Amino acid sequence: MSPLTQILAIFAIAILAGFLGSLLGLGGGIIVVPALTLLFGIDIRMAIGASIISVIATSSGAAAAYVKEHLANLRVAMFLEIGTTLGAISGAYLAGVIHTRFLFILFGGLLAWSAIAMLKKRHEGEGIASPSALADRLKLHGSFYDEAIDQHVDYRVTRPGTGLGLMYLAGAASGLLGIGSGALKVPAMDLAMRLPMKVSTATSNFMIGVTAAASAGLYFVRGEIDPLLAGPVATGVLLGATAGSRFLGRVESRVIRTVFVVVLIVVSVEMLVKGLR
Amino acid sequence: MNTDLLISRLLRSGVIISAILVVIGMGIAIVHHPASLIGMKIHSPREVVRAIRDGHGQGIAMLGLLLLIATPVMRVAVSIAIFLRERDFTFVAITTAVLLLLLLSFVLGAASG
Repeated sequence: MSPLTQILAIFAIAILAGFLGSLLGLGGGIIVVPALTLLFGIDIRMAIGASIISVIATSSGAAAAYVKEHLANLRVAMFLEIGTTLGAISGAYLAGVIHTRFLFILFGGLLAWSAIAMLKKRHEGEGIASPSALADRLKLHGSFYDEAIDQHVDYRVTRPGTGLGLMYLAGAASGLLGIGSGALKVPAMDLAMRLPMKVSTATSNFMIGVTAAASAGLYFVRGEIDPLLAGPVATGVLLGATAGSRFLGRVESRVIRTVFVVVLIVVSVEMLVKGLR
Repeated sequence: MNTDLLISRLLRSGVIISAILVVIGMGIAIVHHPASLIGMKIHSPREVVRAIRDGHGQGIAMLGLLLLIATPVMRVAVSIAIFLRERDFTFVAITTAVLLLLLLSFVLGAASG
């Protein structure tokens, strides 16, 4: 493959990854990293560096829309970003010192876990919200306009401390594997902190960019961001994700989900084999 | 202009401008040096400047990527100003801590790399 066809092929794969990622509610990173390493034989650290850049692009694009619609809770986001940025720095540091085979094994595990999570139905937190003095003092509570029921919904935030701890872990996963880790952030917010699902999703997207920027600095200085690898990956994923968000709700997603669970499991095994061999 | 709209516009323009730079950089690299595209090591601001001066598209693409990384960082900096104007000093402190952590990540990277 000539350098030019390789870049065009990577660009095409990135568009597909962004498109599928946004249809399935996964980030593009979870598809891009295995594709770059398994199909193109690219160093996994360079693949993760490119992926973290694409995460910033898609998150910032999506966050711009959510903020405008007042869905994201900016105070909760700022508070939790202390946890995600600290985690991201730890994760990105760790990625630079551990053997690459562990990155393959961890990524394989992440893919398997995502496949299982896709099979399960998501549910919102239940039970009575316990009051939190810290949430009161930081004025984290909020309200949003719910289009589905055509009215304003007020909500109260609980367990901000637990949320902050979980965000450290989500940030570490993001920095280590170059993913947005929205799959970890959203449950931490709707189950532990009792934010409405729509607010959790919007706030998570808003935070992902800052989290990824914290680790991208380390990847850049280590020389693991190649402009002509990360460039096509980021613009491709961004294009694909933008197109995907237009299709959202118009396609029967159950069929795609079932097919994708199988793909995730196969790719997971391939990544694990590469790490364990 | 309300603050949500300001942040929204900042994020959107950051993404668009950086995407344009990346596409221009990729185009120049493909036209001028189609035989060596992936594999140019650029890992400091000084090397970005040198690559641009030498006419390498990789330099311009990397400038776009750095602008993309800087976009969420600028969002945090703008938030500090907003909380300061609202005289919400708890959140000025929280947001400043996040900004310092972001800047620390670059310093830490430089120290370890």
